[in-house]
Amino acid sequence: MSRAVVRIAAALLAGLVFGSGLIVSGMANPAKVLGFLDVAGNWNPTLAFVMVGALLVAAPALALAGRRSRSYAGADMQLPARGPVDRAVVIGGLVFGVGWGLAGFCPGPAFVAAGAGVGKALVFVAAMGCGMAVVELWRRRPVPGRAVA
Amino acid sequence: MGVDLAAFNPWSALAGGLLIGTAVAMLALVNGRIAGISGIAGGLLHPQAGQWSWRAAFLAGLVGAPLAYSRLAGVPAVRIDASTLQLVLAGLLVGIGTRYGSGCTSGHGVCGVARASPRSIAATIAFMGAGMVTVFVLRHVVQA
Repeated sequence: MSRAVVRIAAALLAGLVFGSGLIVSGMANPAKVLGFLDVAGNWNPTLAFVMVGALLVAAPALALAGRRSRSYAGADMQLPARGPVDRAVVIGGLVFGVGWGLAGFCPGPAFVAAGAGVGKALVFVAAMGCGMAVVELWRRRPVPGRAVA
Repeated sequence: MGVDLAAFNPWSALAGGLLIGTAVAMLALVNGRIAGISGIAGGLLHPQAGQWSWRAAFLAGLVGAPLAYSRLAGVPAVRIDASTLQLVLAGLLVGIGTRYGSGCTSGHGVCGVARASPRSIAATIAFMGAGMVTVFVLRHVVQA
């Protein structure tokens, strides 16, 4: 099997495992996510435990990945730099957080619920795609003095 | 105030988290990529050579997970209280915010925090804080 096929198969499997993790933990259900965000109500700690479980595996794996120059399937390593805080990351986080609190969906669970055939999740994913496209078009806007990419 | 113990299962939460961490490990070690859902999805909107198929494959796995999972066990029902208008607004904000801020719960909250990245920790505090304030206003101010 060529390495390109291995990588695509691994990505598909990783998506399946990621989605299964969201289902097992209950995070594909917005009601549980909103229960976590509702600190003044009947608080549901599930999301915190999910993050701890994920970090237990992700931290050593990403530390190992960070020391490699190629992946095990020969791909270049594209792990974003552990950069400093800037305005975009904070403003983007705040905007995302308001949307997250409005519906209880972040991108991963929304794709999973859409895959389960939940109509309202499909509506959310379509709107999310539009929001992503807005940022994409805005980043490509012609700016005087800047070459168009 | 209080903890909703009836709706909380620490073991399934931890088990699900371990699966998510395993998926992060697979994508990082086999593909050399970060399992950030918004980044993977957003990247489909500006395709670069050789960068489209793995993204599409990962998202296909994510979308196909309920079907695969249903072969092994029952997929729990989801409850969405938000109205359609609320979902459209929420989707737009999540799409704009995650792309402008370069990440979401997975890319910043799991992968970035796992690497102790300052910008990811800041983003995670920002979206969790904004999410908590939004839910507080919706549930305890508007509807009170």
